[in-house]
Amino acid sequence: MSLALSRQQGSEEDRGKVLERAMARHHYSGAALIEILHAAQQLYGYLSRPLLRTIASRLSLPPSHVVGVATFYHLFRFTPLKTHSAVVCMGTACYAAGGRQFMSILEQHSDANPGDWTLEAGRCVGSCGLAPVVICDGEALSRLEPKDLESRLREK
Amino acid sequence: MNAESLNRVRTAEHDRQSGLTDRIMCCSVAGCLSAGGGAVRAAIQREVGEQGKEATIEVCGTGCMGLCSRGPLVRSAAADLVYAEVKPDDAGALLRHDHSRFEGRLLAPDHPFYIQQRRIILANSGRTDPERIADYISQGGYQALLRTVTELTPDAILAEVKMSGLRGRGGAGYPTGLKWELVARNPSALKYVVCNADEGDPGAFMNRSVLEGDPHRVLEGMAIAGFAVGAQQGYIYARGESPLAIARIKTAIEQARREGLIGGRVLDSSFQFQIDLRIGAGAYVCGEETALIASIEGKRGQPVPRPPYPPEAGLWGHPTLINNVETFANIPTIIEMGGASFASIGAPTSPGTKVFALAGRVERTGLVEVPIGTSLRTILFDIGGGVPAGHEFKAAQTGGPAGGCIPAQYLDLPMDYDSLSRIGTMMGSGGLIVMDSSSCMVDLARFFMEFCMDESCGKCIPCRAGTVQLHEILCRMTRGEGRESDFTLLAELSGLLRETSLCGLGLSAPNPILSTLRHFRQEYDAHVRKRRCPAGHCQIPPLKEHAA
Repeated sequence: MSLALSRQQGSEEDRGKVLERAMARHHYSGAALIEILHAAQQLYGYLSRPLLRTIASRLSLPPSHVVGVATFYHLFRFTPLKTHSAVVCMGTACYAAGGRQFMSILEQHSDANPGDWTLEAGRCVGSCGLAPVVICDGEALSRLEPKDLESRLREK
Repeated sequence: MNAESLNRVRTAEHDRQSGLTDRIMCCSVAGCLSAGGGAVRAAIQREVGEQGKEATIEVCGTGCMGLCSRGPLVRSAAADLVYAEVKPDDAGALLRHDHSRFEGRLLAPDHPFYIQQRRIILANSGRTDPERIADYISQGGYQALLRTVTELTPDAILAEVKMSGLRGRGGAGYPTGLKWELVARNPSALKYVVCNADEGDPGAFMNRSVLEGDPHRVLEGMAIAGFAVGAQQGYIYARGESPLAIARIKTAIEQARREGLIGGRVLDSSFQFQIDLRIGAGAYVCGEETALIASIEGKRGQPVPRPPYPPEAGLWGHPTLINNVETFANIPTIIEMGGASFASIGAPTSPGTKVFALAGRVERTGLVEVPIGTSLRTILFDIGGGVPAGHEFKAAQTGGPAGGCIPAQYLDLPMDYDSLSRIGTMMGSGGLIVMDSSSCMVDLARFFMEFCMDESCGKCIPCRAGTVQLHEILCRMTRGEGRESDFTLLAELSGLLRETSLCGLGLSAPNPILSTLRHFRQEYDAHVRKRRCPAGHCQIPPLKEHAA
């Protein structure tokens, strides 16, 4: 599963301890900010404003710098993942093989089930030989046909 | 580890492998795994267990075998065959080498897909277990590093790399030897080596496959570079979207450190070289070297004007050598075979091989490695098996969002840096996507412009605003609302971006437009003047709806 789609792990106290250890391992250096944001997202599932503020103060960085860096990169997310998630690959091979239609199928499904789905357009998952590809709840569906995706969604 | 113990590991692993009756290697990288490779491996493992042959048959995971479209792939070392489209219930027949069950699913080394390839970078990929350092050592791995630290001087290595004629495999093709020399000649005491593994071009998965299939080759290349330029610290900047590659690099770094192949005293010499991993977070612009440096420093990945170039002032202001994964992966081979012999492979102006990721409308898709200068026709038709029946070749796209298209009349063009740039495209990092008549070239240009617009870091105005305007014009055209004056606007804006953008992203963003305009102008004309999409891809509503 991609790093962007990890869900919250362990108890609040444990998460705090693991994150603290990650920061200590990098000697609370601002240069390790991206590494620490990765660790935080893996633990908490997403980067909330209070979490970013904590990281800023532990690393002695201005909160604006931390938010500025975090929002620059596509892999960091600022809202929790919903029950289901899907990434539609929009790399060249998948796009040329009709990847766009899967996004509209998913959007329709998501509209019919409000609040259940996190949808993302991915930037090439690197399985171009098996295009078009959709990653649905962590499972890579390759050489996908619209009807296959629809039947998958009915099972969810 | 020293010379003696390195050779001891090599011999021990050889002995272990020759004690086996077979090694069953299951491709365990993204393509084959998503085709069900995990279940196949488990079934084979179970079958070996049931037959009680764990001691004589080894089942292991391995790197990409190339032919992703026929996955899951499994290789038997004893039979020297690759089995394609293997299903879990094939396990028994595969272990018996009952080939009648694999009619049409056997790939021998003389299969058309393999016969014209020359594998240097991918030599071990699909043939060794990337998670076992002993397997790499048994194939002669780390011998080049051993020679480097025991017999060679930094100057001798620079001479070999220069003589090899190796050019950077990231896309631009800058001579590697010259770049190394710039860093080596810098008197600074503190220098860095950075491996650019931020492979962000859509349609490119070469670097990821090399890291997944043979990570030690890259570490060895980096360590040799560190010795040659006088650096003690290396960084690999990998894409966050490739979790398997990240895991394999981590494992490889740990193993190499434990064995004393990197770290305080490399192979018991006085040379020290550390390698650390930095993980990107999904920003295409970070493939640009100054943006990559900013990202390693923990900042927003925004480029800064050059000069100074990184060999002068890079990471934290110190001289920094930045090369692509594939460039480093060539280095052990250059040291082993010598620069002069390496220079005899491939094209005279671009020696060596190039790995291409073949995808799109072609029979056999996957990863291929050919001598540079091989014609596109050989790659697509001999190796790739041509376009599927019922489709017609229209163009091949190379170089991703910074590249362009190769139309049918250039099929016999040798694929090298200079020939490709003469027809308005570029080698790029190696993505090669085949389009047929159902692909609209105006929409393709729009697709890439959308990509560049999203990925523009926003620092310089030509790129930030120009990509938005270019995208808007192309959207208009694909909706059938293009105007005659749009052609002038496209040309003017493209020229502006090419001349005034701060970094490679903006400078090359217009390339897909200019390339498709050059080779497929008639499609643009059809969209604008006849309000018609010849490929039937764009949804252009009938005229009267727009009359108002």
